[in-house]
Amino acid sequence: MSFTEEEVILDRPAFQEVPPRQKILDALMSKDTTVSLDEDALEHEMVLNMGPQHPATHGVLRVLLRLDGETVINAECELGYLHRGYEKLAENMTYHEFIPHTDRLDYISPVANNIAYVMAVEKLLKLEIPRRAQYIRVICAELARISSHLMAMGALAMDVGALTVFVWALREREKLYDIFDVVTGVRFTVSYMRIGGMAQDLEEQGIKMIRAFLDGLPEAIGEIAAMLHKNRIFIERTASIGIMPPDEALDMGWTGPNLRGSGIPADLRRDNPYLVYNELDFDVITRQECDVLARYMVRFEEIKQSAKIVRQCIDNLPNGDVWAHDAKKVLPRKGEIYSNMEELINDFMLVNFGQAAPLGEVYSGIEAAKGELGWYLISNGTGFPWRSKIRSPSFVNLQGLARILEGSMISDIVAIIGSIDPIMGEADK
Amino acid sequence: MFSFSQLQERQPELQFEPVAVGDDPGAIFSRDQIFAVARRLKDEFGFVQMIDALAHDRMERKERFEVTYNLRNHRTKERIFIKVRCDERDPHVPSLVPIWSGANWHEREAYDMIGVVFDGHPDMRRMYMPEDFEYYPLRKDFPLMGVPGSIPLPHHEDADPRFTVADRGE
Repeated sequence: MSFTEEEVILDRPAFQEVPPRQKILDALMSKDTTVSLDEDALEHEMVLNMGPQHPATHGVLRVLLRLDGETVINAECELGYLHRGYEKLAENMTYHEFIPHTDRLDYISPVANNIAYVMAVEKLLKLEIPRRAQYIRVICAELARISSHLMAMGALAMDVGALTVFVWALREREKLYDIFDVVTGVRFTVSYMRIGGMAQDLEEQGIKMIRAFLDGLPEAIGEIAAMLHKNRIFIERTASIGIMPPDEALDMGWTGPNLRGSGIPADLRRDNPYLVYNELDFDVITRQECDVLARYMVRFEEIKQSAKIVRQCIDNLPNGDVWAHDAKKVLPRKGEIYSNMEELINDFMLVNFGQAAPLGEVYSGIEAAKGELGWYLISNGTGFPWRSKIRSPSFVNLQGLARILEGSMISDIVAIIGSIDPIMGEADK
Repeated sequence: MFSFSQLQERQPELQFEPVAVGDDPGAIFSRDQIFAVARRLKDEFGFVQMIDALAHDRMERKERFEVTYNLRNHRTKERIFIKVRCDERDPHVPSLVPIWSGANWHEREAYDMIGVVFDGHPDMRRMYMPEDFEYYPLRKDFPLMGVPGSIPLPHHEDADPRFTVADRGE
């Protein structure tokens, strides 16, 4: 695996096998002292419960900490406080009916979930969607990525004390919500995608708003960069903590910005291009330092890459339909339902009985903002999936949390959780 | 391009049943062989990452539960699926946590939802449901509405009876 050399803004050495607290520990141990210490000043270990209601756990994550003084000896995550049984629900509804539920998984970037789900169903149904729809899906997926990364960066900054950055990030996300409001008709839980296309075309007003957002984005994230990237407090709170070496990150199953922050250039958009990513020009951002700041910097740089992708898509947006023409699989347009008998029958059949998918199993994953988001669908030939497994990136990324918390200090826990960027709606399904 | 016959070339006694998962190759192995196969896939064929694992209920068929592992080779950008099946009366399959640590939570989830027990798993607890929950919700015979009374609400001995809610299992 080749590690690409990226420009290192902060000019720090790549990760070496040095314990995170070695320097301060060395300084502490080499200092002369007149106070005589007991060998075991804190002879009792302490167990601390963090969450599930805790502002820094980004939802209802519960972490049990075993502490020696302020050092974490061991940590254990407890999930399931937001478990709504979506996989069971999915088995009891048609493929179309499940689309609004996908919004509630990673509620920070709902469009990306829609896309991941409908792409899995389209792969099962062997549906080809038109090029304009593919371009619009890329635009939406990348705007969702910007939205999610802004939230992740803002929340991390807030966790380590920079509340202003959180407010600035939310201000930019508000503009994205306005864009989604115009493009999809809904601000938050959009349910924009349909099997075989999308609910409605991207209109000129939406494109204009996206252009205005992209024009203002460099200044907005420039403000964040000016606030944080030379901020000594922020860097000292985040650099060389929460270290995840690359081999362990792979072993743990990490994907997305967290894996790229450990120096592994794995990105499904480039490795196994879906939609029209093979026609677009973008870089895969990696960082070699493997720490909290590296994961933050990956997200920061990815926002710029996403903006680049969106601009290319808007400039090259082809004309045409945004839904596939396949009467047995794709919902007909409303106007046709009201005027033609055949379309009315097809609509009735699709809504009531669903698309009769061919027998078989299919897995489709996309590079969502948090990592690889995929669906494993098993069809028994009816309109309902026999099994619909959600491969949610937050769930897998959280698995590495206990590993990187070991040996860290209590005050670093919030920064480490923030750098993993878990969304409990997705982790708990 | 990886194909499962490459495994068989090096180890002729290996038995498997090929299945296609979309465009990606997959194969069903026996319970005795899955662990060794997984080890070789990681060490010799470069499938360094376990992306996902899931179990599903095949209901009326002979071996009721099937566990699928989703493996990825980042060098060749390939994805393969290995599967293992077990019977309802003996729902045990070998755990792959010694090979990929990332299998840990996936296998716990499969145990929680389907009831497949992974032998050799370091921490075989439920993932989402409470530890004293008696059912496996993603089995096909588990009702969508749940089992009344199976998740009792927290109860305190000295709670004021005016403010306690009777558990109707809803």
